[in-house]
Amino acid sequence: MPSLGADMEDGTLVEWLKAPGDRIRRGEVIAVVETQKGAIEVDVFEDGVVERLLVETGTTVPVGAPLALIRSAEGAKPAPPPPAAPPLAAKPVIQPPTHPSPAITVARPSPGARLPASPAARRLAAERGVALASLRGSGPGGAIVYRDVEHAVAEQPTPPRRGFDFPEMRRAIAAAMTRSKREIPHYYLGTTVDVSHALEWLEAQNAVRPPPQRLLFVALLLKAVAHALGKMPEFNGYYTDKGFQPSEDVNLGVAIALRGGGLIAPAIHAAHALTIDELMARLRDLIGRARTGQLRSSELSTATITVTSLGDRGVETVFGAIYPPQVALVGFGTPSERPWVVDGQIVPRRLLMATLAADHRASDGHGGGLFLAEIAKRLQEPEAL
Amino acid sequence: MTRDEIKQALVDELGRIAPEADANSLESGADIREELDIDSFDFLNLIIALHERFKVDIPERDYPRLFTFGGAIDYIAAASGAANG
Repeated sequence: MPSLGADMEDGTLVEWLKAPGDRIRRGEVIAVVETQKGAIEVDVFEDGVVERLLVETGTTVPVGAPLALIRSAEGAKPAPPPPAAPPLAAKPVIQPPTHPSPAITVARPSPGARLPASPAARRLAAERGVALASLRGSGPGGAIVYRDVEHAVAEQPTPPRRGFDFPEMRRAIAAAMTRSKREIPHYYLGTTVDVSHALEWLEAQNAVRPPPQRLLFVALLLKAVAHALGKMPEFNGYYTDKGFQPSEDVNLGVAIALRGGGLIAPAIHAAHALTIDELMARLRDLIGRARTGQLRSSELSTATITVTSLGDRGVETVFGAIYPPQVALVGFGTPSERPWVVDGQIVPRRLLMATLAADHRASDGHGGGLFLAEIAKRLQEPEAL
Repeated sequence: MTRDEIKQALVDELGRIAPEADANSLESGADIREELDIDSFDFLNLIIALHERFKVDIPERDYPRLFTFGGAIDYIAAASGAANG
């Protein structure tokens, strides 16, 4: 059970999407778990073959408990944990159990062999999320046949509707933010950035793009932050018992407000390596899935810094609370047209308030100021983003 | 394409974005962004949906004309009418 947040203690397995014998690739979704953040798809970190499912659907298990045994592509060694996993009990799904779970009925395959099942049964099981290992085969030699899976499907409880449990989410936010304010010595900085040129560049881009290819301003902001972090690694990573651990990758957590209240901050992985169009595509995909409750576990456990942008109908300034164990949160207010002095003349310019909330255990105000200045500088050259 | 069909399509798309709200009850002059708490991401999705449904290009500089419910219907009616001949 992956840790999907600093204060998550357990999760309930609601659906298996793979069965023993199935080949899986890195990034593929193997299961759905119900957490305080709604139903989350659990994706895997390595190629391999599902050896055994260790948890039955409907079971609640603590964070860190193995969910399934996956034989890695290279052999029977357990896969290493994801490189950027936060230190708080985040363990790969693929960890072997310390002792075999007695609760599951496994159809005694020789090690590595597929469960005996007909191709049609296998296909139906995959489609309907039925774990083949949980079935008793009625075919020749105990093989699982189509009607066995059909029966199992008929008896399956209707899977819970994907979505959010808002009171639960409120509790999760309360716990994480209480911890943030209790443990993290925040300091705050803010600066006004003239984003007129960046917005003009964006408008010129969008004028020649059909709607599906258009960019949102937030994509530029995210890119500027990802670039600036290349120079300022002390804001990208985790603070643990061992002190600050910088991250190689910039996994940008994007704070997304949810309809009906609450928010969630899934990560765009390796944002520094994406082009602006790739980043925009990932953002659209991520926001869309966040709002329909279809996020993946790796997206919720790996952000190394969070960005919050108030969009075009918010207020001028946001003062963030850092999401532990991260060490910084960059905030962008709503841009607005204001009088500004350029070359001794008062001219109307579109201005944006950029803020930084940072962890004083990991950095100081001087570095924080340089970080915000670097973001502001990147926003003056949108064509280079 | 009649105005009623456009209105129904708009209600459908807004319902996809804000399932808990009843877009049918919106007044013509109401700002849909305010009434339905639609952010720039939702609004872009609405534009994309209208673009695909009515085959109209909606330049970004025209977005303010679609901020009200009635304005959006007028805009699509005019744009799709022009496109049809």
